[in-house]
Amino acid sequence: MSRGGSLRGYILIRIALMIPMVWVLLTTVFLMMRVAPGDPITASLGGKLSPEEVAERQAALGFDRPLIVQYFDYLWDAVRFQFGTTITDNQTIGSLIVENGGATLTLTVAALVVALVFGLPLGLIAGRYRETVPDAFIRVFAILGYAAPPFFVGLLAQLLFAQNLDWFPASKMASPIVQATAETHTHILIVDLAIEGDWEGVWDVILHLVLPATTLGLLVMGVFIRLVRVNVGQALGGDYVEAARARGVPERRVVSRHAFKNALIPVVTVMGLQVALLLGGAVLTEKTFSWPGLGSRLLDYLTNRDYIGVQGLITFFALIVVVISVIIDIVNALIDPRVRY
Amino acid sequence: MADPVLSLRDLRIWYGAERGAVRAVDGVSLDLMPGETVGLVGESGCGKSTLGRGVLGLLPEGAGHAGEVSFKGRNLLDIKQRELRSMRGPELGMIFQEPMTRLNPLMRISDHFEEVLQIHEPKIGKKEARNRSMEALRGMGIPPTRYKQYPHEFSGGMRQRIMIALALVLRPAVVVADEPTTALDVLVEAQILRILADLRRNFDTALLLITHNLGIVAEACDRVAVMYAGRVVEQGPAYDVTTKPSHPYSRELLRSTISLSTTELHSIPGAPPDLVSPPPACRFHPRCPNAMAVCAQQWPPTEATSPGRRSECWLHATDRIPVGLEQPLQREALAASEEA
Repeated sequence: MSRGGSLRGYILIRIALMIPMVWVLLTTVFLMMRVAPGDPITASLGGKLSPEEVAERQAALGFDRPLIVQYFDYLWDAVRFQFGTTITDNQTIGSLIVENGGATLTLTVAALVVALVFGLPLGLIAGRYRETVPDAFIRVFAILGYAAPPFFVGLLAQLLFAQNLDWFPASKMASPIVQATAETHTHILIVDLAIEGDWEGVWDVILHLVLPATTLGLLVMGVFIRLVRVNVGQALGGDYVEAARARGVPERRVVSRHAFKNALIPVVTVMGLQVALLLGGAVLTEKTFSWPGLGSRLLDYLTNRDYIGVQGLITFFALIVVVISVIIDIVNALIDPRVRY
Repeated sequence: MADPVLSLRDLRIWYGAERGAVRAVDGVSLDLMPGETVGLVGESGCGKSTLGRGVLGLLPEGAGHAGEVSFKGRNLLDIKQRELRSMRGPELGMIFQEPMTRLNPLMRISDHFEEVLQIHEPKIGKKEARNRSMEALRGMGIPPTRYKQYPHEFSGGMRQRIMIALALVLRPAVVVADEPTTALDVLVEAQILRILADLRRNFDTALLLITHNLGIVAEACDRVAVMYAGRVVEQGPAYDVTTKPSHPYSRELLRSTISLSTTELHSIPGAPPDLVSPPPACRFHPRCPNAMAVCAQQWPPTEATSPGRRSECWLHATDRIPVGLEQPLQREALAASEEA
């Protein structure tokens, strides 16, 4: 009867499939960077150096070799996690990720928490009480959250809650004093402060987090609300829900146990897809709030045409999306027994 | 004679629609004795399923009802939702048409059973709940080794047996089975019907078997009620009705059944009427081969044609037809409107 797939087999296959996914991804990033006109040396130093010197530097970095050679070279580097050194500030991509990744991680996780904590219940309420006044309000809220760009929402939030009400700090990840005195353990400021037992510092970071995390969270929350609402509505009209009612299962339990859990399966999948939205939104949110994360670095490299930096960070972002999507598939398989190879 | 366990009196159920109320059940009176199987037959859209759900109070929001559904002396239409809910399961059970989608795909079979048992018998221990569930499953031929499996690991026939076990584990006095075999193949159908027949022998459960298949009625039911456009037009012992129907609709329905001796398909011309504005007087008169002028003007009386048999047709009350209305119905104009 059972189609013989085991959970372990599914997970192993899913992980093995990451290899071709990552390969396609690396190739795309490589080609996109080469399609863009010019090269890093000309872009940053052209005009300042003589053409001979530019050519010399290009040769030193290997940019004069055939594309296919550069491609395999790049792949080989990627396999060893060598993404080169940025041109504008001479940092390795690895150290960039270590230095600034923590801030982006803090922001995106906080945003996801905001989106889940508010989005799921709101979606559930809207789905449970469809076509009522609360539902209408929640839907409008969801559309606004999704449609409003983070830099705009961020500016409004800064104006209202930082400038006028002065409830939260307007920008940066922590007060200068906290930032300066923090010991480095994990490169994630809030965790480092917690390890040191500096709870005032942790609170300071949390206060700084509120506005950017809510700004970014709103974006993803809109998607969650609409998705949960539709799925809960669908699940509540489902056959097994009617059957559960016919067995006298109380309505509250019908909603929580039968409808909500089934409605969450597509949400878990979409949550994986939202990581891309989240990272994209993080770039804008970080810039708006001067948040010292990878997103604001990426924008800096883009404006300075530092192709090594852009290439390295985009590859990293894309890798994260791939890894998360695999994790999401595995989580999905844990929730839904029908998902097996 | 024992008292009926379930008794419908002038039950009416309607759905709100933009054009007006859809009268899905329109004045049905029907009794169900303990341990008795009553077949409810009729074409698609005649209100059978609505009637079955109405008994359990499972109607969608916006449905209205009137009349009486008395169960053990109480009118189910009057009692509170919460109380009716607690009766669903231990008193009133339901089996549905498509077993494939009726089990929660994320819950093990064991979770389904333990959930209902814990809800309706909160004092039951985990072990006893397990034993009772396994016993109910064994009765349906599902081996206990599969107790912890998920619904998708079972075939359609097995899932229907699990649904039946799930309805029976609480030993309800009345079970409504809404086309329980329609989605299954004939061999499984026979198996399910045997199980349902055993059921009333073993538990004294009364069964309301909704079906459009007259073969099933003849085979599995004690009595039958034939429904047309929201009304029961004929009811009586299953054998009598399926061999000597007294209402023209039952007769035509029976002629439409396919059997091994069928050489030519028979169908009733026309379609079941619009339940928002059904035909005046007898609902069947536009399609009835025996229609008389009176049928389009006055309600047919409900006549007892023989002991335990009732039929709602002027053919059984010819002596009371007003003079001049007994000639066959002229129907050219009607046929044209039917086309539109």
